[in-house]
Amino acid sequence: MTETKLMKGNEALAEAAIQAGCDAYFGYPITPQSEVLEYLAREMPKHDRIVMQAESEVASINMVYGAAGAGFRAMTSSSSPGISLMQEGISYLAGAELPCLIVNVNRAGPGLGTIQPGQGDYFQAVKGGGHGDYKMIVLAPASVQEMADFVFLGFDLADKYRNPVLILSDGAIGQMMEKVTFKNYTPSKVDKSAWATTGKPKTRERNYITSLFIQPERMEQHNLKLEAKFKLIRENEVRWEEYNTNDAEYLFVAYGLSARICQKAMDIAREKGSKVGLLRPISLYPYPYQRLNELASRVKLILSVELNSGQMVEDVKLAVNGKVPVEFYGRLGGMIYTPEDIEHHLETLIQNQHAN
Amino acid sequence: MEDNSNKNSPVKERKIKGRVEIDIQKCKGCELCTTACKENALSLSETINIKGYHYIIANNDVCTGCVNCALVCPDAVITVYRTHPKKKRVDITPADIKEQIQTIVNPGKLSSL
Amino acid sequence: MQTEEHFLPDTSLDITSPVCNEDEYELVYHKPATMVDVSMHYCPGCAHSLVHKLIMEVVEEMDIQEKTIGIAPVGCSVFAYDYMNIDMQEAAHGRAAAVATAVKRLMQDKYVFTYQGDGDLAAIGIAETLHAINRGENILIVFINNAVYGMTSGQMAPTTLIGMKTTTSPEGRDTSFYGSPIKVAELMAQLPGAFYVTRQAVNSANAVRRTKKALQHAFKYQQLHKGTCLVEIIGNCPSNWKMTPIEASKFIDEEMVKTFPLGDIKLPKAEDLKNIQEEK
Repeated sequence: MTETKLMKGNEALAEAAIQAGCDAYFGYPITPQSEVLEYLAREMPKHDRIVMQAESEVASINMVYGAAGAGFRAMTSSSSPGISLMQEGISYLAGAELPCLIVNVNRAGPGLGTIQPGQGDYFQAVKGGGHGDYKMIVLAPASVQEMADFVFLGFDLADKYRNPVLILSDGAIGQMMEKVTFKNYTPSKVDKSAWATTGKPKTRERNYITSLFIQPERMEQHNLKLEAKFKLIRENEVRWEEYNTNDAEYLFVAYGLSARICQKAMDIAREKGSKVGLLRPISLYPYPYQRLNELASRVKLILSVELNSGQMVEDVKLAVNGKVPVEFYGRLGGMIYTPEDIEHHLETLIQNQHAN
Repeated sequence: MEDNSNKNSPVKERKIKGRVEIDIQKCKGCELCTTACKENALSLSETINIKGYHYIIANNDVCTGCVNCALVCPDAVITVYRTHPKKKRVDITPADIKEQIQTIVNPGKLSSL
Repeated sequence: MQTEEHFLPDTSLDITSPVCNEDEYELVYHKPATMVDVSMHYCPGCAHSLVHKLIMEVVEEMDIQEKTIGIAPVGCSVFAYDYMNIDMQEAAHGRAAAVATAVKRLMQDKYVFTYQGDGDLAAIGIAETLHAINRGENILIVFINNAVYGMTSGQMAPTTLIGMKTTTSPEGRDTSFYGSPIKVAELMAQLPGAFYVTRQAVNSANAVRRTKKALQHAFKYQQLHKGTCLVEIIGNCPSNWKMTPIEASKFIDEEMVKTFPLGDIKLPKAEDLKNIQEEK
């Protein structure tokens, strides 16, 4: 049954969780994402599933660990300071190869920061906020529809690779209201009995979930196994969207809320005669390096637009590899740029480039 | 070894005899069993096992099979056997004799004993 | 004293099954089959391996190996999953109660227990422990209290006795700096979600019998779904107390029980126990 509703981003995410067959949600209130917990607290029990307000984000992520280890679909959500608290748990989940979904509704920081949107958690999400060599698949929604869609996608990817998946949203996408359509969804059936702790029957050896491999030889083997998995993810799960790149001479690179604003900035620039395009990465890990490198051959300037002090721009530079100048434009502290701000900044850069 | 048949011997004829077996390669010589044993049957060996621990050796002559040593052993290396463990009282009277006795005791009442 | 023949195999093969052949003897005690038959890494005299044995005995007797899931801590017993032949999860330091909460809530018919030391449960994990008990999670928490951090070589624990010397209280625990030892059992028993709270020891055969009884009760009470069972067990740490195992056992009787008295701190009411079925 397909239904279209007008919903808040956070609530669309929560509804998608129920429809995706999430068995257990553990969370802690924090602005701007408490609606996820509240919606689920109302609705999950009707479907006979577990929803629990834990005593902290630390407890939440460890409850997700327990549920995932027992073979269930588990998720949690929080915002930046809470996600910091979860880093140890995330490292353990990745090390123990447990599938789960984590949602970060990014707010500006560092520290307690503000409740306004930000994108300052890019490094934390993509380069690894927890200790050790691991990666999460990171999906960046830019609309309420994607807030819902990425829950289905996230759970499936998590099960496919036995790895945590992070949805990196932000305070604006979480709070805004848009149309969202829930399509029929059949979850991929994954057999977890080989490793899940459901109680040891006589027919198999005991299963145990651990990320501890105290002998370095064993640990290295385990690390290499994880690396092979991440390589597979990089080869198969890159996602992005392009706007007006066929004839673009200048390129915006932005994700999430910034991408929405850049779309308008791009329209303004086009009206003024500049041929501007936009590359919107959907998967921040794995990052669309290859596509960005291809586009770099065709443009004169690339502008990375983010609500932080310059995080994704480093990946853009890696992708572009010196082919063409890469610039950065950002706002901090929860201040949001307007399309005009962005377009004006690009114009200045273009003029400077012509002058040189 | 003392002659057990001598009536003046201090070693009593035991009704319940015990016997322990020690998994000496896993024993760590912690000696907790030696204090748990009331019969002083356990002591440390002179030799060492594969891990370098002195292990426990048992004098099964005086063992009563009380299981105390096995209970306190942190590494579960002790297996305990016992003769005459507590058994349920088994009625050994044959069934037909029971009925005859019952008719004598309770004429007219033939209930099963 | 004459010695009987004792086993001295020339191979390092461990004995896996009883070999007494004389008919008049009956097997009275053997290491439970629910333990993995390997040598345990714990120090000689350590309480951990002893309590592992008791828990696995209960699991064997109740025939619930297929239904039991254990949560291992970080600490000396981090390798518990190498010794207990049941499904287990290794939790992050202090978080076992949160992990167990999720497992039990999703699989209510299973027996779920955590196994934790003093740092894991009472320091870093105190919030998760307290809240799990406050919610009345239907799990068993086995708490090994040896007043010191073992695995990291002997630092002070929340349960270290006043005046006790450790590597981080080299002059002895000073209350003006570090406060007093936490009595976890008494603290948690006050929460309504705590169903059965007891403190036992394993430093003598009778103490072991009482602890085994406590664990049997605690496992049976899980069927009732009436709250958390907390079994605190005072254990030896001969290595970090700098004593022999026998001296350590004496230390428990002479010193530890003055701060941590043994016994039942909270017992279930009779009407709560009416529905216990024998698991066989």
